[in-house]
Amino acid sequence: MAYDKFNILTSSAVPLPIENVDTDQIIPARFLKATERVGFGDNLFRDWRYHPDGSKKADFVLNNPTYSGKILVGGKNFGSGSSREHAAWAVYDYGFRAVVSSFFADIFKGNCLNIGVLPVQVSPEFSNKIFAAIEADPKTAVEINLPEQTIKILQTGETETFNLSGYKKENMINGFDDIDYLQNIKEEIVEFADKLPY
Amino acid sequence: MSTTLFDKVWDSHVVRKIDDGPDVFFIDRHFIHEVTSPVAFLGLKERGITVLYPERTFATADHNTPTINQHLPVADPLSANQLKALEDSAAEYGISHWGLGHQKNGIVHVVGPENGITLPGATIVCGDSHTSTHGAFGAIAFGIGTSEVEMVLATQCIMQPKPKKMRINVNGTLSKGVGPKDVALYIISKLTTSGGTGYFAEYAGNVFEDMSMEGRMTVCNLSIEMGARGGMIAPDQKTFDFLEGRLYAPKGEAWTKAVEYWKTLKTDADAIFDKELNIKAEDIEPMITYGTNPGMGIGISKNIPKANQVEGGEETYKKSLAYMGFEENDVMIGKPIDFVFLGSCTNGRIEDFRAFTEIVKGRKKADNVTAWLVPGSHVVEAQIKEEGLLDTLTAAGFVLRQPGCSACLAMNDDKVPAGKYAVSTSNRNFEGRQGPGSRTLLASPIMAAAAAITGKLTDPRELF
Ligand code: SF4
Repeated sequence: MAYDKFNILTSSAVPLPIENVDTDQIIPARFLKATERVGFGDNLFRDWRYHPDGSKKADFVLNNPTYSGKILVGGKNFGSGSSREHAAWAVYDYGFRAVVSSFFADIFKGNCLNIGVLPVQVSPEFSNKIFAAIEADPKTAVEINLPEQTIKILQTGETETFNLSGYKKENMINGFDDIDYLQNIKEEIVEFADKLPY
Repeated sequence: MSTTLFDKVWDSHVVRKIDDGPDVFFIDRHFIHEVTSPVAFLGLKERGITVLYPERTFATADHNTPTINQHLPVADPLSANQLKALEDSAAEYGISHWGLGHQKNGIVHVVGPENGITLPGATIVCGDSHTSTHGAFGAIAFGIGTSEVEMVLATQCIMQPKPKKMRINVNGTLSKGVGPKDVALYIISKLTTSGGTGYFAEYAGNVFEDMSMEGRMTVCNLSIEMGARGGMIAPDQKTFDFLEGRLYAPKGEAWTKAVEYWKTLKTDADAIFDKELNIKAEDIEPMITYGTNPGMGIGISKNIPKANQVEGGEETYKKSLAYMGFEENDVMIGKPIDFVFLGSCTNGRIEDFRAFTEIVKGRKKADNVTAWLVPGSHVVEAQIKEEGLLDTLTAAGFVLRQPGCSACLAMNDDKVPAGKYAVSTSNRNFEGRQGPGSRTLLASPIMAAAAAITGKLTDPRELF
């Protein structure tokens, strides 16, 4: 599925300074029963967001109108646990286009890149600065510049660069995905497969 | 140049290297199940493309299937819909499908090895993070997302940067009552749930050499819980003996040739790893987790650590203990429990049922405990009956359910109620993993058995 192009994103950010946010919190397993990729945003952080009776938990950040934006800033080791891409879908479907953390779990990070959500890994210091800036002013804007590979807190001007392979960066900027690439080299793949023992 | 086991298998599957990008990585075997594949098939449709090698993909239904009355139609319409979608897609593309009720049906990571689909030196993926299980055979196996499932269906390849390499050496003699699950939980407690992130692990040392194939699967299964993409163990005679004669394993001359090749699959003596961890087997106790991630584990005789003794944020730690209803410095032994779950791709194999049965033999299940005993596959179920374990279990007041993932992720009806404690042989103790509000204590089959008998956390060594 080709996805949205990503260039420069400027937005306020939603802070979630909890460590080890696992995929079962991002989207609990009981909401994985769909056969289509729609509606997962409603159940993003379901059990942190809602009481069992469906009423909202007022103290959870997504229920606090003070915070909004297309950037989610999470604590260390964000997205650990399962390989369910539904977690990335839920983040996307809710309206986030980038997730910032000082450390991502591998599979979650890869899943995000595959669906057009940009995972931005920053230093622990920079992560703390963003949390502090949002605490001081919830409307603080953060700019993520993909071509330049920089993330900037606009109010303070503090900036950091982040890593991303050249290949993935091109894909994100152009909205291409891996299948497009793989489809184009199918002959090479088949030739390769013919030589394998099994 | 000296290379590792991992290098050997990885490098032989790189179709092409992309400059400043991932490797195009060829996948030998692909497992799919009902939950993470429907959207991938939908993707194929949208693009108007088909499955390149249907014979390399194997479908089984496991994640949301009921574990009782499997002969009846699945009651939950959403689950039924997913099962039907898998069945239809498999039929449409000519993919082998072991659906509910099929005698080969079971948890994907149990039936793969059982049928010789898992082979040394192979690359194996599945839309489930515990695909790492198959590494026990010297395969590179790891979990992927749905976009990647679609890639594999369409092109038999995914795009992956090569992970870094880590070796975990465990040497010495394991004490009585300490098994593969304890070894794995101990490693994770040392590395934390992110200590392995970015790495692929190789398990080495006499402890793994001496371990059964089932035990090796338990260890490799849990690799993902320390953040590693996967873990593997060099194949040896035990591996070959396990595989010989299985349904999909090579036969005749092909077998002889395969074994010859498999014998070359080991790490060279002077190969270098990016990270190495050495553990003394004697340091490992029967383990139990007390928090909400698998890294929060301790020996059963220990007290829960204080917030200032652990790495990482105190607030996250306290939140975790509050969820569990525990206090810092609590003693684990004697804590009352409500549920016991024996099963999952971590501990749902025959050896696990043997170990559990050994402890409960001649004893009775505690009245306050609800126990779910769920074999990993129909083959395991049949073996439980054949070996007479079922009679012993029944005499002790236990009931055997039908195979599936069950309370490992509670997508079906096997849910632990809010606030209740479950001693579980599965792999994750995340908040709500076994049902909203459920509190999970991860442990080995014998720890689970001891809890089931006494109704509280008990050192299983006291029951030998
Ligand atoms: S038993 Fe649990 S971990 Fe294993 S495949 Fe099923 S859901 Fe995944």
